[in-house]
Amino acid sequence: MMQDIKKWAFGSLWLFILTIPFLGIINALYFLVSLIVLAILWFIYKPFEQNILDVQSKLLQLPMPSIRWSLYFVIAILVLILPFISDQYITNVATSAITYIVLALGLNIVVGFAGLLDLGYVAFYAVGAYSYALLSTKAGLSFWAVLPLSAIMAAIFGIILGFPTLRLRGDYLAIVTLGFGEMIRITLNNWDSVTGGPNGILNIKGPATLGLSFSQPHHYYYLIIIIGIFTIFAVNRLNNSRIGRAWVAIREDEIAAEAMGINIVKMKLLAFALGASFAGIAGGFFASKMKFVSPESFTFFESVIILCMVVLGGMGSIPGVILGAVVLIILPESLRGFQNYRMIIFGAAMVLIMLFRPQGFIGGVRRRLELHPEDEKILKQETESLYDVKQK
Amino acid sequence: MGGGGALLKIDNIHTSYGVIEALKGVSLKVKEGEIACLLGANGAGKSTTLLTICGVNKPTKGQITFFSRTINGLPPHEIVEEGISLVPEGRRVFPMLTVYENLRMGAFVRRDKMGIEEDLESIYKNFPILKERKNQMAGTLSGGEQQMLAIARALISRPRLLLLDEPSLGLAPIMVEKIFKIIKDINKSGATILLVEQNAALALEIADYGYVMETGKIAMEDKAEKLLKNKKIKEIYLGG
Ligand SMILES: Nc1ncnc2c1ncn2[C@@H]1O[C@H](COP(=O)(O)OP(=O)(O)OP(=O)(O)O)[C@@H](O)[C@H]1O
Ligand SMILES: [Mg+2]
Repeated sequence: MMQDIKKWAFGSLWLFILTIPFLGIINALYFLVSLIVLAILWFIYKPFEQNILDVQSKLLQLPMPSIRWSLYFVIAILVLILPFISDQYITNVATSAITYIVLALGLNIVVGFAGLLDLGYVAFYAVGAYSYALLSTKAGLSFWAVLPLSAIMAAIFGIILGFPTLRLRGDYLAIVTLGFGEMIRITLNNWDSVTGGPNGILNIKGPATLGLSFSQPHHYYYLIIIIGIFTIFAVNRLNNSRIGRAWVAIREDEIAAEAMGINIVKMKLLAFALGASFAGIAGGFFASKMKFVSPESFTFFESVIILCMVVLGGMGSIPGVILGAVVLIILPESLRGFQNYRMIIFGAAMVLIMLFRPQGFIGGVRRRLELHPEDEKILKQETESLYDVKQK
Repeated sequence: MGGGGALLKIDNIHTSYGVIEALKGVSLKVKEGEIACLLGANGAGKSTTLLTICGVNKPTKGQITFFSRTINGLPPHEIVEEGISLVPEGRRVFPMLTVYENLRMGAFVRRDKMGIEEDLESIYKNFPILKERKNQMAGTLSGGEQQMLAIARALISRPRLLLLDEPSLGLAPIMVEKIFKIIKDINKSGATILLVEQNAALALEIADYGYVMETGKIAMEDKAEKLLKNKKIKEIYLGG
């Protein structure tokens, strides 16, 4: 309790001081007041946290098929009819949100499952988008032929970039992947003859099928829904497979994993390649929808946002990552009215979430254990089990 | 028996960590069906020897043969498939995986689903505590339970040679006794064992043959019962 009060006090004060130069003292004070209101809400919520967590973990862990499936069903219906109950703007935001779900789920393979911190993930998004742009404008191939090729190109880059980083861990890996991300962007920016340099590539063809050529926002919306569903199924299958277990083992203890007979090199490269291939698909879709690609869309900031979706949502948890992506797209959009302040509010929200829910929105039970090893419940279990042994 | 019975033969291996040479020409043999133990002070290079056998560390020089096949230079996962399994120092179970998932990781190189299920059953029979806790996160087990899990996890790959690195480390005396009984049983059921231990008295009691390491080299070797009576060993490792 005391600790939480301290955290809030420091957090709010820090954000207050940080925002004075941008907002002016008066607005910053408003900001501080709203933080204090948030704090009060938090302390009201806190006593119920354990109950909420219990309910949540029951919902997630235990098979409660009826409730879970009806929830999914309602969401599915809402998602399907969205273009009919809203306007083009919302449809576009939703399309972008689902694109980011695909990206975040892909990065989740690398960061969440295999535990490899990748700060250059946007590079694979760029490779997918440019592959699509080039193959579609120069080679004149159709969307359905190019999309898988974009995925394959991105996967190849995943392996090429992954290979030299195999021996690196943690911070070093993060720095090197960050460098790779920038290298790709700078190459795209300077290789004028192929990529068009800063001007990018124009007049990219969109998809067409059965005589329908995609032009309306809702065409793309339904297309990305199909891609999104495919991604969710694929990532879920991977998570529950032999490969998924091997990734978790590598994340937890590389040497022990090696001693179990897991081929570390192969599994890490597989994580990079599969993670990248989803970014490639998302990139291909992005290029086909925008009809235009340029290096500006693939900055380091994009990598950071996608990583935030994974971390805020709850590393390794598929529903968590989906929620993270939705929140991080919708939050800044819904703050558009606040103009310049929206990035500050956005940043503040992220800092607060990390302070108070380090495991993310829906951190699996696993994350919770990892980040709060001092949790009483576990300690109790531990002493109990120790006691058992002594009894025998 | 003679040399023909050697399941594992290590010949003059050198292993380095950067510029530090941890192994300076280690040679030893483990005969089929026996328990060999490797004793030595902290930092002598015992763990490094085991890690070199299973391919996690690569020797810069020397040869390791297993069933007359040269295995040094093979990646660890191929060595596990050859039938060598390691229980690492400090147990190193996967803390965020359940007991059951840990055991499944141990069977990673096996493809016979039926066989794995059968072996799981027999493991649960031999380690009832693991059955009781099979859905519990391994990180929440007590030290002794984790050690049992680490051993069980290594056994489920059906190794022909089991490498154990200080299984008694940090355990209460009752637990140590229990673990050593388990080791003896595993050996009786057919697995050959190379045991690294600080607890020299106990190790020599269950072992057939013993090696003593000092700063990266084998300093002494003999039948276990003879080492137990050896004056120098008594002084240094058995407390006088
Ligand atoms: N990862 C490493 N990096 C650098 N040096 C290491 C590493 N692991 C071990 N060493 C060094 O190699 C030497 C042998 O270490 P090793 O762990 O094999 O000893 P040990 O006999 O198992 O000791 P202990 O009984 O303490 O476990 C020591 O000098 C140690 O400092
Ligand atoms: Mg050691």
